[in-house]
Amino acid sequence: MGQFLFSVFACLTVVCAAGVVVCKNVVNAAMCLLLSLLGVAALFVRLDAFLLAFLLLLVYAGAVVALFLFIIMLLDTRGQQAPQARRGLTVAPRIAAAALVVAGLASLFVKGRLATPAVGTVPALGASLKLHAYLLFTTYLLPVEIISFLLLIAMLGVIVLSKREGEHSGYGN
Amino acid sequence: MVDFWFSLPLVVQGLLKGLAVILVVFPMSSLCTMAERKVSAWIQGRPGPNRTIVPWAAYVPVIGPLLQRMGLFQLAADGLKFLVKEEPVPGHVNKPYFTLAPLIAMIPALTTVTVVPFGAYLSGGQVVPLVLANVDVGLLAVFAVSSLGIYSLILAGWASNSKYPFLGGVRASAQLISYELSLTLAVLPVFLWINAPGTAGTLSLAKVVEFQSQPGFWGGTWFIFTMPLSALIFIIALFAETNRQPFDMPESESDLVGGFHTEYGAFKWALFFVAEYANMIVGSGVFTLLFLGGWNPLPWIPLATLAGWLHLGGHPLILGLLSIGIFIGKIAFLIFFFMWVRWTVPRFRYDQVMKIGWQKLLPLAIANLLVYALGIAFLTK
Repeated sequence: MGQFLFSVFACLTVVCAAGVVVCKNVVNAAMCLLLSLLGVAALFVRLDAFLLAFLLLLVYAGAVVALFLFIIMLLDTRGQQAPQARRGLTVAPRIAAAALVVAGLASLFVKGRLATPAVGTVPALGASLKLHAYLLFTTYLLPVEIISFLLLIAMLGVIVLSKREGEHSGYGN
Repeated sequence: MVDFWFSLPLVVQGLLKGLAVILVVFPMSSLCTMAERKVSAWIQGRPGPNRTIVPWAAYVPVIGPLLQRMGLFQLAADGLKFLVKEEPVPGHVNKPYFTLAPLIAMIPALTTVTVVPFGAYLSGGQVVPLVLANVDVGLLAVFAVSSLGIYSLILAGWASNSKYPFLGGVRASAQLISYELSLTLAVLPVFLWINAPGTAGTLSLAKVVEFQSQPGFWGGTWFIFTMPLSALIFIIALFAETNRQPFDMPESESDLVGGFHTEYGAFKWALFFVAEYANMIVGSGVFTLLFLGGWNPLPWIPLATLAGWLHLGGHPLILGLLSIGIFIGKIAFLIFFFMWVRWTVPRFRYDQVMKIGWQKLLPLAIANLLVYALGIAFLTK
């Protein structure tokens, strides 16, 4: 039963992740991303890491993908072709993506199976809220803070860029 | 009975639980639509539905007209209407997503019910909560799964492929994400308070109720008395999250016709509303557990004390039903409160909704969290 559920959710995750890349329609791609995240959350639940599963749902599935859809709807893009002038720019990312896929497949062939330790010896780090909090505030404090500063800088940059010189906005101005 | 239940295979248990959720939530939601009509009529000083009657019941002398006057058959009439009327699907919609949106609305609404404890019974002096899926991160599960409900509104608005639903969908996505922040921040003081420093923390809703049913003055105080601001922020954000007036921007029939559901009709339309009422029921349930003492009958009188007075300690079934009754009674009051506000307060303008969410409620929630965090740190030092 457990193995069966794992296969179902693993397939869901991988197939939908491929769908995100392949889909021409942007809304379909966003929905594939959502399903893929749901699959990952289900895999976390299978591992008894409930906290990670629900945080993934809350932050990524509940808010981030919803904002993606919000932007897609605002820009109203319906699977249009990229303008001719920018075609050349997509060559480099295509080569990089193809290289990544090749590297991933090669790593599967070189070391397809990780060493599996006995179930009892693996500490159940995902099960405890306290351990998560402890690790976040000690070992991983610096990365978390750096990421939050990066996001803050990005947000400030967007506000500065989108606000044009001498323009008033909002009600009552 | 209990042994028989646990002897069933896990899959059968899960299926039966799922069936139970549907059998409980659907009638409760339809009762809410009935209550909505009755309460609105009462507040606006009109009789409300009072004509519907099943043919043979009309001939019963006293009871027939009485039931007709009470409008009880309106519930069945409304339900039948949604089932048998024509389902219009406009030609300009994106069919797959148009059909999917009402279903997506139902999934989170029905799933969150499973992690909400709804009652308790005594087993050897210990209060055991009744819950379908007892996970330690209960509240987080409710927030996480209910946050997926946003997709039904966005997809309904987008797939309808016309102006007003589109505006409703855009409004929904911005509003629901904005108020989620205040909603989550408002409950943090409660969990800071119940998790003693040094112990393994929990987000279980049953533990919150357990904390509110301790003996003594401070032990039996409901959190609405010790954390009134948290409760206020939570209930305001809950109104916004469930799209209830004065925050029903996605629907907003005076400027958006019907908002996200303008193009919907018949059973698909009804599913959106069953989901909305189910969300209200779950939201009220969470509010009851967090701030109103859950299944404890009165502040300072926990369920165990009541069981002692009524000598119900040895009857888990009766006590369980009693606790469920108390819990549902509190939810019913909160649902009435939702309707009371809906038919009393006018709708906000959209810019006001955003201003309240980001400039008033969020700073207030952060300040509230800081004050309680400092206070709790000071008290437990």
